[in-house]
Amino acid sequence: MQLTIWTYEGPPHVGAMRVATGMTDVHYVLHAPQGDTYADLLFTMIERRDHRPPVTYTTFQAQDLGGDTAGLVKEAVRAAWERFRPQAMLVGASCTAELIQDDPGGLAATLDLPIPVVPLELPAYQRKENWGASETFYQLVRAMALPHAPPPGTERATVRERCEAEGRRPTCNLLGATALGFRHRDDVTEVTRLLEALGVEVRLVAPMHSSPNDLAGMGEADFNVVLYPEIGGQAATWLERTFRQPSVRTVPIGIGATRDFVREVAAVAGLDEEASLAIVDRKLPSRLPWWSRSVDSTYLTDKRVFIFGDATHAVAAARVAREELGFQVVGLGCYNREFAREVRTAAKAIGIEPLITDDYLEVEDAIREAAPELVLGTQMERHIAKRLGLFCTVISAPVHVQDFPARYSPQMGPEGANVIFDSWVHPLMMGLEEHLLGMFQDDFEFANDRGPSHLHSEAPPAAPTVAPAPVVATPPLMAADATAVADAAAHPAASPGDSQAAIPAAAVATAATVASPEGAPGSASDNGPTWAAEAEQELKKIPFFVRGKVRRNTEAFASERDISAITVDVMYDAKAHFGNR
Amino acid sequence: MTPPTAAPDFETGTPAAAASAAAPSAGCRDLPVLRERGQREVFCGLTGIIWLHRKMQDAFFLIVGSRTCAHLMQSAAGVMIFAEPRFGTAIIDERDLAGMADVHAELDRVVKRLLDRRPDIRTLFLVGSCPSEVIKLDLSKAAERLDGIHAPDCRVLAYSGSGIETTFTQGEDTCLQALVPRMPSTADAGASGDTASRDTASGDTASGDAEGSVPTSLLVVGTLADVVEDQMRRIFDALGMGPVHFFPPRRSAELPPVGPGTRILLAQPWVNETIHALEGRGARRLEAPFPLGVEGTLAWFQAAAEAWGIDAARVLEATAAARERGERSVERHREVLEGKRIFFFPDSQIELPLARFLARELGMVPVEVGMPYLHRAHMEQEMDLLEQGLLGEDFVLSEGQDVERQLDRCREVRPDLTVCGLGLANPLEALGLTTKWAIELVFTPIQGFEQAGDLAELFARPLRRHAALATLPLATPPQGTPHLPSPTQIPGTQRAPGASAPVEA
Repeated sequence: MQLTIWTYEGPPHVGAMRVATGMTDVHYVLHAPQGDTYADLLFTMIERRDHRPPVTYTTFQAQDLGGDTAGLVKEAVRAAWERFRPQAMLVGASCTAELIQDDPGGLAATLDLPIPVVPLELPAYQRKENWGASETFYQLVRAMALPHAPPPGTERATVRERCEAEGRRPTCNLLGATALGFRHRDDVTEVTRLLEALGVEVRLVAPMHSSPNDLAGMGEADFNVVLYPEIGGQAATWLERTFRQPSVRTVPIGIGATRDFVREVAAVAGLDEEASLAIVDRKLPSRLPWWSRSVDSTYLTDKRVFIFGDATHAVAAARVAREELGFQVVGLGCYNREFAREVRTAAKAIGIEPLITDDYLEVEDAIREAAPELVLGTQMERHIAKRLGLFCTVISAPVHVQDFPARYSPQMGPEGANVIFDSWVHPLMMGLEEHLLGMFQDDFEFANDRGPSHLHSEAPPAAPTVAPAPVVATPPLMAADATAVADAAAHPAASPGDSQAAIPAAAVATAATVASPEGAPGSASDNGPTWAAEAEQELKKIPFFVRGKVRRNTEAFASERDISAITVDVMYDAKAHFGNR
Repeated sequence: MTPPTAAPDFETGTPAAAASAAAPSAGCRDLPVLRERGQREVFCGLTGIIWLHRKMQDAFFLIVGSRTCAHLMQSAAGVMIFAEPRFGTAIIDERDLAGMADVHAELDRVVKRLLDRRPDIRTLFLVGSCPSEVIKLDLSKAAERLDGIHAPDCRVLAYSGSGIETTFTQGEDTCLQALVPRMPSTADAGASGDTASRDTASGDTASGDAEGSVPTSLLVVGTLADVVEDQMRRIFDALGMGPVHFFPPRRSAELPPVGPGTRILLAQPWVNETIHALEGRGARRLEAPFPLGVEGTLAWFQAAAEAWGIDAARVLEATAAARERGERSVERHREVLEGKRIFFFPDSQIELPLARFLARELGMVPVEVGMPYLHRAHMEQEMDLLEQGLLGEDFVLSEGQDVERQLDRCREVRPDLTVCGLGLANPLEALGLTTKWAIELVFTPIQGFEQAGDLAELFARPLRRHAALATLPLATPPQGTPHLPSPTQIPGTQRAPGASAPVEA
């Protein structure tokens, strides 16, 4: 039993819905009680879809449990067939129906519908949304394409041989895009554009935009491009095995990865690598390289970023952050354990500890600990960053309605790199502004915790970063974060969890620590060095966006040297020791 | 009024009455009810936690359920709540399903950790879900055990919000019902409300007319916004009646007293079982329409005043200024709403009182009023006020849901305004229909004189918006349209993504 408030992933049947909703001419009958229809609004509201997801829910009630829930399944399948006439049907159970073991797939099979009926076994008590999407897509591909598979052992000519023999361009399928995916809509367009420029024809995009009958012909393409390994990887592996159809697995997020992608496509499709790269440079140049090299971007150097998301987006972001923007990656992690290995490898290369967890409170603690200047994460991290007064850009699902922009906004390919440059750099302090703030921080307009002027009154940053960073005494569980603890201590009557109440209260708690250097019970000063009042004053002269970093560095510096009281001198010793990092 | 075609699933509420031709001024009480059974596009009772945890600020709601429950809670309100919420989900996993003893031990562990972290919590609700009901996890027993451990600092109660037993707002009903036995008896009302409650609960069943014939306190049942409570309290004070208590209270540890002298007014239509439990403790329900709109609110206050023997003229006098303001602010929206046909999909249970308000005070024309279930006893006055002469041709009063068939009806009649859940709103808008999110009617202060205009505005706004955007093309973009800047013309995918099969809305 796991205690959860917010979850990164929904249950696996929501993954199945993402596949079905992205496709056409398929219908999903879900054995589920009243209330599970909430999932419809993910699509109609968050993604602003103009159609309901193609899902029929059996809606069984307590009174049905002793009776004929199996009958309900059959009735629902039959009614869905009559009304929607899909090319194929998916039949499965949600968490509750799994417990009553009606075998919806078997029941549907007894109806002898004239279409393929694919039973889905998605164990709701073990697995999650991405797994559910991957499994559903794989099962559907398998059901539709297997009848067209060559006999086992059949050799397949290389792409080049196939194209030359038939006098045509190479063709491919794009795998993994679904409904409700982070920028899937635009990534598909961008990668299609990129491939077309290389002379490769995209035959099919799946599951998004395809019908079950389209899936039947998947084996005809020369190769597959796996855009989202979490969802399309399993099907691609099966296609490799069954059709000997090669896959391109590089995910083209960022300039370097896009170039690697082009190289891999060239190798698989039998194209000239250098010529292909040259085509992309000429036809689809990205502005990121020059924007990043231009001197205005110097201030981006070594900005501390914390990255968390699904493994694919997190690993890609780490590369872009380091190699293309000159950031320093201070945290890297993912919530999907199935792909943890990729994240571990990437973290090791950077020399940091990977964070593999689906407990957002653990992520919150890690972010507080790392004191980054920018968080790249999911909508969960957006909320965490808001609470901590940090800036955040979303780079991965789960996402909310504002992450489905009206404008074209891919993450992949050349245009994706442009989008990344803008959306990651925009929240940061502009170069000159940063200097002015540093020099004239006593200016009343800068005073006390102003956010960057171009972000209006968005951020109330000071309090949380000022709050004692390592709240070691508190087990990293649910509910209280540092500010809430401070809140409870300072204002027992205030409603905990109310961030508006918590922020001033945290400031009060900090002030109390300054006043009595011994520190209140539970404050950081129990465990670490204490700050002399004049050092604390000096700290306040440092712009808020580096203050947390300076405090953290200084405390670490003092602890290592067994210095118990931090004076102004200790502070500047620490500054000299760490340099500007 | 002729009922819609006499399908076999039509049942008449009171067959004898239905047979007689209804007079134009008769209420809709005798109309046949279309009872449907099929896919329901309605939330389960867990969703009530979204407002209950804000209303009772010292309570925590721990759902014992699945990942789906947790996912529902973060999706249902359509928002992520920034602050740390006072609810969470204990997610049952595979290991728990292996053996029951294990589940209880796990639950004890989770609760202990939770309460250690949140010493400010005074009431912990263990909330049953579909999975916990199906595996027959006895949460009442668990609550009893945990209450023994954590009381008096934190009381532990259990109720069910499962979708197999409750629909949306019914979750509040089951929650409040669980609190009723803990309410102190009015006999001990002098004592502190918090401590007196527990053991006296059984002693004060209805004990004869003599004892209960004089009202001693008023209990308003159903969650209201704090601002609405305060307004109502001022009017009760002006009438010189009381004491008045609201249930649920703002602090769960301060439950109002109940006993034979207690008179109940329903603030919300979904507290039916709670009322039953309160009646079991001697309280009596006052018959009244719901306090929506000027007329409904006045009748609601009048019902209370009458029980206290207060002159009707005095009620009119005490409410005159508020009524005048209310009428003026309602009237402002008449131009937009009058004569417009309105269709309600079932959602919260508040549909019938809303239809009454919109028909009587704004001249809207209900064409279908769907409700998750119809509690006739508590809807009697509403049904009488919703006169048949105000209803649209082929008016349908429906209970339960088969969403596909209901959508068929909605597309067929093409109402001017459709009140529906979030899962249906955009698909209906895409068909050119104008919709109002039903959930807003539960999360917004709409009761009382001062909110009557706001309530009207909630319905007027989508229509005003529809009119304001008249020049915009209706076409919705196909999902994933390749609409790209050059340099190269962007090739589409093999098939036009928008050219999907004609799926029903």
